[in-house]
Amino acid sequence: MSVQAPERERQELFPNKTEYQGLLSRRTRRARLFQAGCLLALTIAVLALATLLYTIINDSFGLVAIVNQNDPAAIVSDLGYDSETTGLADISYDEMVGLLEADVSSGVGRRLERDQRFYEDRLVFEDDATWAEICSSDTPPTGCTAGPRDQANVYSLVVERVVVADIIATNQLVPSLLDPQGFESEIATGFEAGRFPDYTIEQVHFEWRAWFNPTFLNTPQSSTPEVAGIRTAILGSAWLVLITILFAVPVGVAAAIYLVEYAKPSRLNDFIQTNINNLAGVPSIIYGMLGLAIFVRVLEPFTSGAIFTAGVPPSDNGRTIVAAGLTLGLLTLPVVIISSQEALKAVPDSLRHAGLALGATRWQTVRSQILPVALPGVLTGTILAVARAVGETAPLILVGAASFITTDPSGPFSKFTALPIQIFQWTSFPQEEFHNLAASASVALLLLLLTLNAAAVILRNRYSRRAE
Amino acid sequence: MTTDQQVEQKGRGSGSFKKRARPGELAVRAFLLVAGLVSIATTIGIVYELGKESLLFFQDERVSVIDFLTTTIWQPGVGGFGIWPLVLGTMLISIVAMLVAVPIGLASAIYLSEYASRRVRGFFKPVLEVLVGIPTVVYGFFALTFMTPLLRSVFGVNIVGFFNVLSAGMVVGILIVPLISSLAEDALRAVPDSLRQAAYALGASKLEVSTRVVVPAALSGIAAGFVVAMSRAVGETMVVTIAAGASPRNFAIGQDSLFGYILNPFQGAQAMTGYVAITASGDLGYNTIDYNSIFAIGLTLFFMTLGLNSLSRRFVNRFRQKYE
Repeated sequence: MSVQAPERERQELFPNKTEYQGLLSRRTRRARLFQAGCLLALTIAVLALATLLYTIINDSFGLVAIVNQNDPAAIVSDLGYDSETTGLADISYDEMVGLLEADVSSGVGRRLERDQRFYEDRLVFEDDATWAEICSSDTPPTGCTAGPRDQANVYSLVVERVVVADIIATNQLVPSLLDPQGFESEIATGFEAGRFPDYTIEQVHFEWRAWFNPTFLNTPQSSTPEVAGIRTAILGSAWLVLITILFAVPVGVAAAIYLVEYAKPSRLNDFIQTNINNLAGVPSIIYGMLGLAIFVRVLEPFTSGAIFTAGVPPSDNGRTIVAAGLTLGLLTLPVVIISSQEALKAVPDSLRHAGLALGATRWQTVRSQILPVALPGVLTGTILAVARAVGETAPLILVGAASFITTDPSGPFSKFTALPIQIFQWTSFPQEEFHNLAASASVALLLLLLTLNAAAVILRNRYSRRAE
Repeated sequence: MTTDQQVEQKGRGSGSFKKRARPGELAVRAFLLVAGLVSIATTIGIVYELGKESLLFFQDERVSVIDFLTTTIWQPGVGGFGIWPLVLGTMLISIVAMLVAVPIGLASAIYLSEYASRRVRGFFKPVLEVLVGIPTVVYGFFALTFMTPLLRSVFGVNIVGFFNVLSAGMVVGILIVPLISSLAEDALRAVPDSLRQAAYALGASKLEVSTRVVVPAALSGIAAGFVVAMSRAVGETMVVTIAAGASPRNFAIGQDSLFGYILNPFQGAQAMTGYVAITASGDLGYNTIDYNSIFAIGLTLFFMTLGLNSLSRRFVNRFRQKYE
């Protein structure tokens, strides 16, 4: 008995040849499965990205079913054009205004003119006396100060008010390509089921629509999805980027220089460092609350622009571009500091020693030796941080970006909207058309981020080549 | 020769190396220090403002700290101020997100660190970086227009709500995959090669080296990545606001069925961040109970993420001590 136990143990340790082969092949099979599983995980990540892009593109183009209450071709031929060659968009500015004058009620016309006037030198709907009166009141409408409308703007008004195009249903890109008849029969069954009580099926016509198009980029927002655009949102985002950079880059780079080049290990400096790392992990919505409490509320006289103007402030509260830009700046700051620190730390110490040994002061060394070498790294990190800030939505909601603004921002103290806010707003509407708009705005936002990232890559390559 | 010049001549000539005062240098240094202090001011600002407004919230006669922390109904309109429904929403979404992101993220990290050739890495790394760069509001749109319809067609329209935790959680999961995979990959790569070589010398297969040697050795670093990702999921706003709905999942322990209602992932549940965003996007007057309530929620959120981040730092430190 006492001999058997080790014997059995040995048999388990050293199986016979067939068992051994079986074990070995099981082990290799398991190893191969594991590898395939890991690769699968990565593939899922790639698929997720592909699906996301697919979803956005799919919603940005496709067939739409439209009912025009007035036929654009008839309007154009009434004006004496050949409707085969001339589209509604091709007629002159004056003719468009004429169409509006003929078709729009005087109340609506006056409202449009108060939003933004049609001509610099004359009024279309309003009479001069009333105009002078409302413009000298305490709360003059935007039309008193803003410049006249442009062609694209008036065209969208004509489509909205004269043609009254109503998109009753939309289809996505891929189904539109693969099965265009499917959409038409879907609409037909929709009519039979009484889904569109306001129209008859004869009024409907189908056309291709690129929701993402130049007009979309250049028209202000509208509650009518057919003519809504993201011009105001793009300009708002551009202003935000500008203010974010103006605030975060000088402060962030200076803080990084202090921490890397000047700070000796002390309790204060350690605390600053830990604090920056902690701030980088704070959710963006908390920065939004900080912005709401400090920039919008406490600093309202500054952020509404009231202290810069004697009379009526540019904005009646602090929910302005400058408040949002500073909020995004604070949010970006830790990232800018950390990436600048890394760039500065990568500069070899020999440069510092050489500068100091030649009798340069610390600041002279930093300014003329270390910063130029660290610049590409600093710039790349900064651009990436700013790109992150451009896509932030939650802080903007908190500081009160308005979701409905139709006039361009006039300066840092005006109310604003931004691309991510616009996407959020349109996504939360139930109608399909607004989802198409949200998808197109997403395409625009992604293109903007792509440009920023490409700029970062180009800068990095260009400078690193020069350094070599 | 004026006295000043004499002094300067003397200073140079006599070889006095006493440090000269340089007001310019001092000013620069002061400016840099002030820039460094901005970050501390930010932290103080966050803690002060969140704390002050929360205090106002709890001073309101309709609210009590005890009810806030112990009751399970959040209905500000009728005086229900128990934070648990919102915490429940946040936790459900974060757990779904972690269930999606941990296996995918960890497996990706293992593949990238242990298996992938340089070319394969060169393809997958940029993809993960692009995933990081996509704004969360676009992920929200994706959740609502792709994930939700998909889930509803898979599980049935009657089971899955238009707003649901599962869709939001899965998309938040996709969003944090790159975070987990990059942090875990860094940890795996930091494991010394000698450990791998020793295991191979003993006849271990790549699977055994990865799962029994490298991953355990990098465990605290990987755990740090998980915790950071969790903190990110808890603080994520746009996806949960868009896809998880705007009604808090009020519940009563003992009355509501645990899996049918309280933990049901197929129905909507407002998260803490979702409540803050929705409340703030309406017309919000200062000094109202709604205004103050978002700061109380924000303060809770701040401490939750701060706790998670400190936990992760502790893991990282343990990992560093091991290998540096």
